[in-house]
Amino acid sequence: MRIKFLPRFTLRRKRAIWGYVFISPFIIGFIAFFLGPIVQSIIFAFNELSIKAAGFDLKYVGWENFRYALRVDPDFLRVFTETTVQILVDLPAVILFSFFAANLLNQKFRGRWMARVIFFLPVILTAGIVYRFESGDILTDVLGYVPDETEVFSVSQSMMGLLMVLRMPASFTQYILTAVERVPDIINASAIPIVVFLSALQGIPSSLYECAAIEGATGWETFWKITFPLVSPLFLTNIIYIIVDSFTRPGNTLVDLINDAAWGRGIYGVSVAMTWMYFGVIAVILVLVFLLLARRVVYMEE
Amino acid sequence: MAAELMRNLKNTPEVRRRKKFFLSHFWGEMLWSLVRGILVMGICYIIIYPLLIKLSSSMMTEKDMYDMLVKWIPRKLNYDSIVQNYKLLYGFMNYPRALFNSLVLATTVALLQMISASLIGYGFARFDFLGKNLFFVLVIMTLLVPPQMIMVPLFLNFRFFDFFGMMPVSVNLLGTYWPFILTSITGMGLRNGFFIYIMRQVFRGLPKSLEEAALVDGAGQLRTFFRIMIPGAASAMLVVFLFAFVWQYNDYQFTRMYLSNTATLLPFSLEQLTRAFDVERYSKEYISILNNTGMIMFIAPLLLLYAFLQRYFIESIERTGIVG
Repeated sequence: MRIKFLPRFTLRRKRAIWGYVFISPFIIGFIAFFLGPIVQSIIFAFNELSIKAAGFDLKYVGWENFRYALRVDPDFLRVFTETTVQILVDLPAVILFSFFAANLLNQKFRGRWMARVIFFLPVILTAGIVYRFESGDILTDVLGYVPDETEVFSVSQSMMGLLMVLRMPASFTQYILTAVERVPDIINASAIPIVVFLSALQGIPSSLYECAAIEGATGWETFWKITFPLVSPLFLTNIIYIIVDSFTRPGNTLVDLINDAAWGRGIYGVSVAMTWMYFGVIAVILVLVFLLLARRVVYMEE
Repeated sequence: MAAELMRNLKNTPEVRRRKKFFLSHFWGEMLWSLVRGILVMGICYIIIYPLLIKLSSSMMTEKDMYDMLVKWIPRKLNYDSIVQNYKLLYGFMNYPRALFNSLVLATTVALLQMISASLIGYGFARFDFLGKNLFFVLVIMTLLVPPQMIMVPLFLNFRFFDFFGMMPVSVNLLGTYWPFILTSITGMGLRNGFFIYIMRQVFRGLPKSLEEAALVDGAGQLRTFFRIMIPGAASAMLVVFLFAFVWQYNDYQFTRMYLSNTATLLPFSLEQLTRAFDVERYSKEYISILNNTGMIMFIAPLLLLYAFLQRYFIESIERTGIVG
């Protein structure tokens, strides 16, 4: 298609214009449904918002919403710390597990296809409503019908014994225990990180491995010198994904609290203020992760 | 002759050493594949366990629930009582209507998100323009901000929709599908940034030469995109469709905000179950059976879809491309 009304443009500029044309839906959407709302949410955080039939009213209250969330609200501070700790616990566990599982699924064995189909199953089973039903279901709560809690408990008991004998530092023991109790959650959260790692593993040229084998490298060396560095950029991608996923993951009590503040109790300003604090913590975690990892990541030239 | 040669070979220390190495290697492999098998099966079990529990519970009668010996398989597989469980919920959940509405909404949203993500992803992958990197950072930003942050403003924007004062009177778009459509075509739907990222990577991975050939031969940008690039990225687009479909189908927060929970959609009819069965009329155990049956009915369409599409899903991962 020739742009007739702009005849003197060079090919470069034409291409640039086409680039803008292709991403124009995003630019419009970003301004209308992201930037606008973000600016509004900053305003709302410092105002008391009441919705009327013909519009909404704002009353400036300064830092009152933040003060209310931190000082008055009975649950926010507790849930806030719990959720933050949970992200910090989950992040390494999910990353390690999904990297391990991706390596496992990358090997050749009988039934690999079936195993992949099942490993990716959690991608489609993430309905918050189903999760709420499960946790409210009497099978799990009244009858103790689902025996896992006790089993997991005994496993962690014996494991704690072992770790004590090994004289591991207490914080490490605590981390392992928390992680063990969350094994099903961690596995479920790993589905897409596994996909990401797996496709990266498949993308490593086999010539590199052949080369290493000819030179006499052991499997261990090959793993650390070839596999790991070439997959390393995906660690960042996955960390971002896991954090993003945690926003909508069922069982995130902080998000439930924030939603309840807005849609249940109608204190919109407080809800927005809570979200800003949540985002602040997430941003700090992300920045730290970047500082920690950015230099160690290896990029292969294209 | 050959046998003699073999005997000679056998006796040399070099061969003995190699044989030993081979054997130890062999046993190592066997041990590893055993461990691997156990691990894979264990993880699979943990993933499938909640599904199995629901399925088996949906086939039980009240008596089985009291029976301490019954854990997985009911004492008597009574066809009538199973049908009765499902039939009861079929009516309670308004199942056919709710399923139809949910499928229509999820398909619409997924199609629109797939199209917009492909267009935007292509723009980022193949063109050079001022501020491209900045715009891409903005795409990632839309992912990193918790959706709760923009929920209240979005709610108000759609409640009093006037496109930032550009329309003379504000319209209430809540209760219609317009909020979904508008956010999907502009790449702002739930986790749409993720799809843009995937499509960008996919288009970057496709060979440039084909596209250049088409351009040289006189095809326009749009034609090149639809005729050359889209067919090349079809399987990745299918994966994006699957993701978008599933997330919309499972979504509760945004759907409730835009449509309110009185809409006839599956998540809401599932939610209504908690209110529909009161403890006076049914025993707790029976309610639990019904809840599990309801969840199975909610998940079943997704499982079916996955069963049909898993081939493309896994293949497109094997051919790499999805992320790179």
